[in-house]
Amino acid sequence: MKLKQIVQATIAATALIAGAQVQAAEVEVLHYWTSGGEAKSVAELKKMMEAKGIVWKDFAVAGGGGENAMTALKARVISGSAPTAAQIKGPSIQEWGKEGVLANIDAAATEGKWDASLPKVVSNIMKYQGHYVAAPVNVHRVNWLWVNPDVLKKAGAKAPTNWDEFFDAADKIKKAGLIAVAHGGQPWQDATVFESVALGVGGPDFYKKAIVQLDPASLTGPTMIKTFDTLAKIKTYIDKDAAGRDWNLATAMVINGKAGMQFMGDWAKGEFTAAGKVAGKDFLCLTAPGTEKAFTFNIDSLTMFKVKDADQQKAQLVLASAVMSPEFQEVFNLNKGSIPARAGVSRAKFDSCAIKSMDDMDATSKSGGLVPSFAHGMAIDSAKAGAIQDVIAKFMNSTMTSQAAVQALAKAAKAK
Amino acid sequence: MSVTPTAISGRSQADDHAQRPKVAQRLASFADIWLPRIVLSPTVLTSLIFVYGFIGLTAYLSLTESRLMPNYTFSGFSQYSALFEIDRWWVSATNLGIFGGLFILICLVVGLLLAIFLDQRIRAEGALRAIYLYPMALSFIVTGAAWKWILNPGLGLEKMMHDWGFANFSMDWLVDSDMAIYTVVIAGVWQSSGFVMALFLAGLRGIDDSIMKAAMVDGASLPTIYRRIVIPSLRPVFFSVLLVLSHIAIKSFDLVMALTAGGPGTSSDVPAIFMYQFSFTRGQLGLGAASAMMMLMTVLAVLVPLIYLEAKEARHGR
Repeated sequence: MKLKQIVQATIAATALIAGAQVQAAEVEVLHYWTSGGEAKSVAELKKMMEAKGIVWKDFAVAGGGGENAMTALKARVISGSAPTAAQIKGPSIQEWGKEGVLANIDAAATEGKWDASLPKVVSNIMKYQGHYVAAPVNVHRVNWLWVNPDVLKKAGAKAPTNWDEFFDAADKIKKAGLIAVAHGGQPWQDATVFESVALGVGGPDFYKKAIVQLDPASLTGPTMIKTFDTLAKIKTYIDKDAAGRDWNLATAMVINGKAGMQFMGDWAKGEFTAAGKVAGKDFLCLTAPGTEKAFTFNIDSLTMFKVKDADQQKAQLVLASAVMSPEFQEVFNLNKGSIPARAGVSRAKFDSCAIKSMDDMDATSKSGGLVPSFAHGMAIDSAKAGAIQDVIAKFMNSTMTSQAAVQALAKAAKAK
Repeated sequence: MSVTPTAISGRSQADDHAQRPKVAQRLASFADIWLPRIVLSPTVLTSLIFVYGFIGLTAYLSLTESRLMPNYTFSGFSQYSALFEIDRWWVSATNLGIFGGLFILICLVVGLLLAIFLDQRIRAEGALRAIYLYPMALSFIVTGAAWKWILNPGLGLEKMMHDWGFANFSMDWLVDSDMAIYTVVIAGVWQSSGFVMALFLAGLRGIDDSIMKAAMVDGASLPTIYRRIVIPSLRPVFFSVLLVLSHIAIKSFDLVMALTAGGPGTSSDVPAIFMYQFSFTRGQLGLGAASAMMMLMTVLAVLVPLIYLEAKEARHGR
């Protein structure tokens, strides 16, 4: 097996070169926070680390919604030179844990009392086999409905709080000659609408049973059929040009008054504020119909990889503590439009939508309405999530019946 | 390693005159045999490792349970049976059939017609040739993005026609699940038929004029001359065109990504996108490898008979 020896030799050589470059304590962070606000947030973290005398080695890989970053990460891990930390979230943390390459950061967690300042649902995601391996940086809420109040006024509709009111408002907007639901027909956006509808139609318990635990009876039951029926009805309010439209263009339609409502996570708020719109006056952030007692979260986290030398390990723990510090969580989330993952961060600078998000997160983490977002890779592993996303995309873009959809859903849930 | 020619020639100067021709001769024959091999060896070695070695690695990965990362424990053909269970795979394969078939056929026809028209000694031929060939200079990403705007009902062709007062005009293939794959054909043909034209034109220019003249003397009409003499003598060009077009079709990724991104839904998905998503975003490396192997089989199934036929033709010397 000559080839194998050559490959091993090459890997060993690269590892040696990489090893030789290590100087004082430094952290290398692989991430894909490359857009304006996100890059600013990362620069804050860099500043905090450098203030503690730790060299920050930026390893930003743009593009592909993190796909390119993950490919780079795999190459590094295979060659035995993993970065200190990488932007990995949700069940993927468990997948990497199974590969046996993650570092235990319990020391930082105990010192920072993470267990006390994170909801249990969240801290479980950050742990592999009971030990902390990742630090959360933010919480995005996905089950929002963004509404343009001027469009509602023109149409003579009122802000919807349940499905009947939603469809009533949608009818009126359509009659006024505007688009009722702004949407971009991309699989992840279809999935975003789907999860909000499932949560609104069936409630958090149904959502957890069907979409998180993938219980076959719930997946094919009447509630799921009703979910798809509701989706089919929403489809009739989406303009036919939606196929392939980017989410921010759909948000722009709401901002410009071409469309009335959009189902989207709170990153949409960044588009409204960038356009100089004020929350509560120029746009409304409502919870998606029927989901006011629930909260679908999408949490970014920095996952820590095993590093060899003791200095590096110390630096890694400092990084983990810095990420969870209230100062960083405040700055990062003000830039990104999300809310802090931990309790005890000053609320003074956040807008009304963010405050509502924080209140709801506190309430739902006690009531059990705090659920992981399936569309954003927080609920199930990527293979199953992808298979289910394909089914939803097909339903949204064809004449598939609800019955056929639930059967396909049950089949997709078995994807290995 | 061999001795370099200069070192030998240096030594041969010290030799007496009688021996020199012999040494030089031996040296020349030695160089004839070995120089090309030495020069080519790095290329051969790298292509062995980086093409065939990695094809082998992919083949092996498709027989393992690899998920997020490569895992080298053998598991038989389970990935293939899983692959054939996935509806989306069959959607992709069907789309490849539709796209590949139409793309190759239309490119051939359009390219050949353009070439024949340009071959009629018309004015401004150079300019026309450049215009038709120009799309080839764009990357498929640019082509895809441009056609995405042209074919978008709310922005492009349909809106323009509506603005001009043709209220019934409809061109919404891009957002129609059943028709989206045909928009990929349109964009692909637009980009590649000029290139096919250039190849055919070169072939046409290589045909001996005296044959044409002889046929004309015999009273054959121009269409007949093309049908019976010119086009049959373009066989080798057909072969190379097919070779190029079929691999463009099978590996098409960027064009579809830019134009429809596989949508609406997964209706215009193709195997290359399928392979990429499953291998790199869904942590199913083994399954992705299996789909990549299926693509390789497709390429082989198309090319091997072609190459065999061509080789046979060459042996018989036509």
